[in-house]
Amino acid sequence: MLKYFRPDKLEDALVALSEYPLTLLAGGTDFYPARVGKPITEKVLDLTGIQGLRSIQQTDEGFSLGALTTWTDIIQAELPSAFDGLKKAAKTIGGIQTQNAGTLCGNICNASPAADSVPNLMALDAKVELKSMQGIRTLSLEEFILGNRKTAKKQDELVSNIFVPHPGKNAFGNFEKLGIRAYLVISIVMVGVVAELNEQDEILNLKVAVGACSPVAQRLRLLEKECVGQRLKSIEIHPKHLELLDPIDDVRASANYRNAVVPELLKRAITGVV
Amino acid sequence: MITAEKITVSFILNDTPQTLSVNPLRRFSDVLREDLCLTGTKVGCDAGDCGACTILIDGKQHNACLTAIGQVGGRKVRTVEGLSKNGELTPLQQAFLDEGAAQCGICTPGMLMAAQSLLYKTSNPSEQQVLDALGGVLCRCTGYTKIVQAVLKAGQDQSSPPVPKSGNAVGTRMVKVDGRKKITGEEIFGADQAPDDSLWLRAIRSPHPRAKFTYDDPEKVLQKYPGLVKVLTADDVPGNNGFGIYPHIKDQPVLAKNHVRFRGEAVLALVGDQVSVDCVSEEDLGLSWEPLEAIRGLDGALAGNLEPVQAQFPDNTLSRGYVKKSDVEKGFSESYAVAEGIWTTSAIEHGYIEPEAGYACKVGKNLEIFVCTQTPFMDQEEVAQVLGIEPKQIRIIPSAVGGGFGGKLDISLQPLVAVAAWILDRPVRCIYTRPESLASTTKRHPVRMNAKAGCTREGKLTAFEYRGDFNTGAYASWGPTVADRVPIHCTGPYFVPNVLSQTRALFTNESPSGAFRGFGTPQAAIAHEALMDALAEKIGMDALEFRIKNALRKGDRTATGQLLENSVGQVECLESLKSRWIKWRKEAKEFNKKTANTKRGIGTGCVWYGCGNTSMSNPSTMCVGINAEGKVTLYNGAMDIGQGANTIMVQICADALGIPASQFDLVMGDTDLTADAGKTSASRQTFVSGKAAQLAGEHLRAQIIHHAEASEKATIHIEGEKLIAKDDSGEHVILLSDILPQISGDVLTGKGTFDPPTTHLDENRQGNPYATYGFGAHIAEVEVDTLLGTTKVLRLAAAHDVGKTINPTQVEGQIHGGIAQGLGLALMEEYIQKVSENLHDYLMPTVGDMPEIEVILIEDPEPLGPYGAKGIGEHALIPTAPAILGAIKHATGVSIHHVPATPDCVLATLQKAGKNG
Ligand code: FES
Ligand code: FES
Repeated sequence: MLKYFRPDKLEDALVALSEYPLTLLAGGTDFYPARVGKPITEKVLDLTGIQGLRSIQQTDEGFSLGALTTWTDIIQAELPSAFDGLKKAAKTIGGIQTQNAGTLCGNICNASPAADSVPNLMALDAKVELKSMQGIRTLSLEEFILGNRKTAKKQDELVSNIFVPHPGKNAFGNFEKLGIRAYLVISIVMVGVVAELNEQDEILNLKVAVGACSPVAQRLRLLEKECVGQRLKSIEIHPKHLELLDPIDDVRASANYRNAVVPELLKRAITGVV
Repeated sequence: MITAEKITVSFILNDTPQTLSVNPLRRFSDVLREDLCLTGTKVGCDAGDCGACTILIDGKQHNACLTAIGQVGGRKVRTVEGLSKNGELTPLQQAFLDEGAAQCGICTPGMLMAAQSLLYKTSNPSEQQVLDALGGVLCRCTGYTKIVQAVLKAGQDQSSPPVPKSGNAVGTRMVKVDGRKKITGEEIFGADQAPDDSLWLRAIRSPHPRAKFTYDDPEKVLQKYPGLVKVLTADDVPGNNGFGIYPHIKDQPVLAKNHVRFRGEAVLALVGDQVSVDCVSEEDLGLSWEPLEAIRGLDGALAGNLEPVQAQFPDNTLSRGYVKKSDVEKGFSESYAVAEGIWTTSAIEHGYIEPEAGYACKVGKNLEIFVCTQTPFMDQEEVAQVLGIEPKQIRIIPSAVGGGFGGKLDISLQPLVAVAAWILDRPVRCIYTRPESLASTTKRHPVRMNAKAGCTREGKLTAFEYRGDFNTGAYASWGPTVADRVPIHCTGPYFVPNVLSQTRALFTNESPSGAFRGFGTPQAAIAHEALMDALAEKIGMDALEFRIKNALRKGDRTATGQLLENSVGQVECLESLKSRWIKWRKEAKEFNKKTANTKRGIGTGCVWYGCGNTSMSNPSTMCVGINAEGKVTLYNGAMDIGQGANTIMVQICADALGIPASQFDLVMGDTDLTADAGKTSASRQTFVSGKAAQLAGEHLRAQIIHHAEASEKATIHIEGEKLIAKDDSGEHVILLSDILPQISGDVLTGKGTFDPPTTHLDENRQGNPYATYGFGAHIAEVEVDTLLGTTKVLRLAAAHDVGKTINPTQVEGQIHGGIAQGLGLALMEEYIQKVSENLHDYLMPTVGDMPEIEVILIEDPEPLGPYGAKGIGEHALIPTAPAILGAIKHATGVSIHHVPATPDCVLATLQKAGKNG
């Protein structure tokens, strides 16, 4: 068995995964930083040779983002306005180097509480497709990410794509990220929103998720429910909406600070959708 | 046993097909540098955080450190070496050279590649596009301003600065003498060169801030790893297992014995092939730790409940500083208004993009060390006592230095590679990883300051009192210098009749604090400037007017009683900012009327700073020679760490000698070839070594005149081996090949030494600690989001009295870079052990964080300096943070007493004052 396997067919990758535990490698933007000054001794399955995985496809049901879809691919793709939040997030990640190499799927598999794609994908109701020799499983993103750096992916599975159902006709996305500097920013708090509006700009349907304020980004379903029928500008945020959030003190900010700015960031993200 | 299977990878590298057999998981950056010898691609972090490794893959920018070589097959790669063709620079490279966009040059290849990817897409990018393109590359030297300008100018109507003629180099924008290699990737930094048969060294470091430790017999691990040659322990150090800046405090062990005092301290060093030294684990070594309760923070140092950090300092006090002028009590009692406060600052990392690197190699009975350093001659002495040999047995060959800022004034890997190479008689190299560099090297002192100032009703300062406790970490390093320098400067550039200042440097089990651009005065400036604002407000005077009123002037006496006779441009600096100050304040007021939660404000900060060592002899010697072929060489011992000493010294010496600067060759820093020009620190090189360069040039000129029997006013030309001195009486020709060469190979040489005159300071520290001072002032505009606590610096104007501008491009570059570091200090930088041991948790400003900057150069000549010049390196940084904090106060009404003023800190302060929203 080679220590490094870079197949060009998905089937070969799945066969290999069924035989050995392998570390998956794609853009390398999480893999290498975790191994600074350390020897790389594990066996690695490099997915970047599988061309079919780098695609964004529209089907009758929605959009399929292949496992190798990079942040730059998202930025450049023609996608409905509900994806605007995800695009905005893509532009705030690292520098362009990271956007060119890093993948969305890698971001969700790394499952950092500060993963930039997650609040947006949650707001888009994204599903995760997992493939293995056993077959295909589809999980919602919330089912997929179990905790800080923990996912439901089994040893022999890989995430083949992220699926986003067709957003409503008049749906708009937005993203707000709070960090300390202009580029190469890791979020203190972030908010992803998709809002479907009627002709009077009243909310028909709202999906909001907050990142970096809990081990896994959280959808704020109570807020979403209460906002239906309201105008964007008249939305009010109350503590009860934020009960699921449980921020911690870390190097970037205190829990108090996070709690203090979440409502404001939510307001900005929601009112900023159009 | 580690075996790495190899695969074959073929790709196009700089237009040429390449096929390699390699371990596919190796970082592409590593393969480029080590296997293909393309060291133009730099490594600053190996983690995607700094962008120094940026290359183009299929025309797009990628971090080579995040790319597995196995992924490169079939792709088209371009590195910095593949930019210019046939020695001809691309328009982008030319613009970098012309604009002075490269200082140390370690970020330059990454910057160039990132910019080039944009220029492939659009030849005429907007500024925003340029910022976005460069957003992933960090630069610690330039403040990005000239880099952005260079990219915008590339390929547009570019015009290069003219090459100065004979006698005209000083004052021109002459391009850097070493600029070209910095933009082609040819410059050789510490990690870029080592003998082929070098062994690698990796230090094993303490994961605990304080602990006892034991380890197994190293023989065991040597048996397990045949590629491992030696495990160095404290017992292997042949001389003194201790180093430190002060001759009487060699307190930091090369390798700790039994007991560590900070996280990151070296305990063992592995020497062998690269794979083996990387693979040995703590378990392999049988390292076992007994963590002890650590002394943390200033309160911990003062508590006295734990064993002191170092037994010889029972109260954890390393040193004290003091200045007393007249009677502060009386001064305060006569004051109409008094302001006081407490301020705290955080540990700050130097953040040079080049981690420490180099090698040592035994040559006969001597040892050569190639290393990035700010101070080759101190390294030489330090390593000599560690090895127990004579300094002259050691030759320090400095590499190009990828930034220093004070951090490379202390030794790092020098004694480790020296001991290994000495014992093993094999060349030994070492490159620090970024986490290792962050954990093990010095920081800017965190400080708690208590300061108080008073003034009369008319706004004349009456008294100033300052107490500062500096957290000096586990070892002395430059702690005493900081404790000494701060009291002298703590009033700011103002005339104060009564002064009392006291400082202490206190040991803790934290990173040793050392020298960092300004030696404690940037911290102190936060206090003195806040007090100036507070007093001005109390008596209802404009903050800038208040400063003008109190600014030091010629004829004033400083806090140490020194009479300032020359070159005191403080008032001019402030006056030059006045129109902007008024206009900006008005504009901010207008803006704030229209906004609820976005507030703008304008603040100011001032600096004065003595050039050179404090009340101490600190001579520089420079040599210049002409050889038989007519080649002129400046032997420059003044380390260029990016700030441009190489160019400045040539400019000065060329004019003194009277030949064009373009005819100069240069040797930098080599302890065998150059004379001691002291440390690159304390803003002393332009002033002290520059003067020595002038004297050396004049000395050589005098000899030429003498030899040629020409008159004093003669002009000098060199044409091959003919030296022609022309005066009213005609041409006098010297045939250089007729003169007997000296050991250096030169036939005519000049030497100059300058030691700035200072005096002893008495028991109240009264006297003349420095021969000259630089002065300056900044004004900054910020925008604060009062709901989120975020602060953006929008614009900044900086006026500095530099005596005489030797090279405007370089002086501006120093100021831009100082502002960037000052901005980082004010708003985002805080080093926390264990937590911020990487460059995504230790935040430094990116290209998008910089304000629009205007630089105003004031020239009040210093008669002692070369052509009137004095220093600027540290002055540039000091006023920035106070100006930003003052601007936040002006914008929001709240005073920030702790830096960094992160969004968290600002919002908490606003909330406390009921001013959020
Ligand atoms: S070395 Fe690659 S980003 Fe720092
Ligand atoms: S010139 Fe950019 S880091 Fe030195």
